[in-house]
Amino acid sequence: MRLKAQMAATDQAGSLVAEAPGPRPRSAWRTRLTKLDSKASPYLYISPFFLLFAGFGLFPLAYTAWISLHSVSLQNVDDRTWVGLDNYSRLIHDDQFWNAVLNTLTIGLISTVPQLLIALGLAHLLHCKLRGSTFFRVSMLMPYATSVAAATIVFAMLFGRDFGLINWFLGLFGVDNIDWENGKWSSQIAISTIVTWRWTGYNALIYLAAMQAIPKDLYEAAEVDGASRWQQLRHVTIPGIKPTIVFTVIISTIGATQLFGEPLLFGGAGGYRGGADHQYQTLGLLLYEQGWFNFQLGRAAATAWTMFLIIMLAVAVNALLAARGRSVFAVGRRRRPV
Amino acid sequence: MSAVSQRRRGLRRWGVGEQRGGPWTYAVLVLTTIVAIFPLYWTLVAASRTNSEIVQSPPPFTPGGNLFTNIGEALDQVDMFKALLNSLIVSGSIALGTVLFCTLAGFAFAKLRFRGSTVLLIIILATMMVPAQLGVVPLFILIADLGWVNQLQAVIFPTLVSAFGVVFMRQYLLKALPTEIIEAAVVDGASSFRIFRSIVLPAARPAMAVLGMLTFLMAWNDFFWPIIALSSQNPTVQVALNSLGQGYVPDRSIILAGTLVGTVPVLIVFALLGKQIVGGIMEGAVKG
Repeated sequence: MRLKAQMAATDQAGSLVAEAPGPRPRSAWRTRLTKLDSKASPYLYISPFFLLFAGFGLFPLAYTAWISLHSVSLQNVDDRTWVGLDNYSRLIHDDQFWNAVLNTLTIGLISTVPQLLIALGLAHLLHCKLRGSTFFRVSMLMPYATSVAAATIVFAMLFGRDFGLINWFLGLFGVDNIDWENGKWSSQIAISTIVTWRWTGYNALIYLAAMQAIPKDLYEAAEVDGASRWQQLRHVTIPGIKPTIVFTVIISTIGATQLFGEPLLFGGAGGYRGGADHQYQTLGLLLYEQGWFNFQLGRAAATAWTMFLIIMLAVAVNALLAARGRSVFAVGRRRRPV
Repeated sequence: MSAVSQRRRGLRRWGVGEQRGGPWTYAVLVLTTIVAIFPLYWTLVAASRTNSEIVQSPPPFTPGGNLFTNIGEALDQVDMFKALLNSLIVSGSIALGTVLFCTLAGFAFAKLRFRGSTVLLIIILATMMVPAQLGVVPLFILIADLGWVNQLQAVIFPTLVSAFGVVFMRQYLLKALPTEIIEAAVVDGASSFRIFRSIVLPAARPAMAVLGMLTFLMAWNDFFWPIIALSSQNPTVQVALNSLGQGYVPDRSIILAGTLVGTVPVLIVFALLGKQIVGGIMEGAVKG
């Protein structure tokens, strides 16, 4: 609507100026220049973005599928042999691949679910009138500002078997030293802890922002009806921020599918194998091992494409689940003041 | 500008929260803050002690006097100064480029009408969902063909544009920039570039600052692609931390001293600008 009005204004302005006898009358070519400006300049503005985007974003995405049908060695990237679906059939007959799929799934679940639940609770607390609310918000975001590499180096030491602080702390309660790195579940829990530590505060702030957009009269009505804080959280807050919850679930799912830095550095040297028994090798690590340690870029591309399919599947499931509850959200939305 | 201040005022009218936080609220929040900050504090503690002091039981919880010796030894192992300089160049260029290109594109998508704009916008939105790892193999081949492996431009160019940035700037300009002003400028005969320079840029400045900070932070912490495109000969901070963490240095306090050197600059910047970054993330969340 607005844009149409603006275009109309452009045309009008062009013709008005052309007809009006002003101190600086405009020639016909000048009018044409103005028209050209309004037609061509939008493309000029988006072209830097789209040129880079096409070259370094879209092209590699599409080309992955093509590469995945070839055998390509890291040592000579331009020497490609057509192998058809060979890379994929090798992949689905490879135990290491299914191990990585499963690890990615379990680490994804034990990092994403607690993370988002804790974030929701924290956002609920931050939504109160608080002294020092900026302090709490900024300090909660400190882990997000810490890089994956730094966080993982520190946590790998905290989770050390013999001298780690976490085992020392658990020892105070009589728990024996846990070999965090070598157990399957213990290593996956440790890695999920790093992910949760880094992202919980960030998600809490996103939830808080959404909560602040819920109109206060909904809470007042709930209070009049005698709803407790817990009931308000369940019946007002959560339905009100549902689109944001769906958004964070999808973003976390995409992040979890690509998990790479935490498992890589958690294992120290040779971390790309994801532990001695591949007990925490994720799909991201498998891709890295195939391409940059086994020098088989074709297979790495096939793994990447499979990851993409898994993500699409996960996003579709999320979207379906979200669509089922949409009516609840629609009620909340209609009451929103404009 | 006006949209932001209106929203702020709106929040104040509703009250930021409905209820005052009770003692339990504070207790939980303080506990969370401790959990969030403790690993960072402990890094300082361990980095300023000797290896034999860290492994004692009970472990030390206060900083010792060995910090500079450890940092010196860490710098012998990895060239952290070069890494810091590289990271500064890389993240700075990415932040500047992203802000410029995304503001241009965001303005076009928010306020100009042109053929194909909807389709192009949908393409941008769709690719926000696509993981970076999907394109890594062809991207590496491309970089290898260009002869950029192990050079900084290999990590700058692919990260220079962000779909998120375009959407972020578009959303901001839709709200913050009244179309009437642009119409008036058009009537006055201003060219579209003049409009961009004299009207859009000043109006977009707050959002540009936020986008710049977020992009800088993300570029500084980017791990996956720099690990693949660069090596320890010409590292960014994350690549240097990777070689440090891969365990060629047996001494923990030295590893942590190196980690500290690579992490503290960005944490200091964050502590100074934290309020604005928090605001930016929350603004982006409401719109996103």
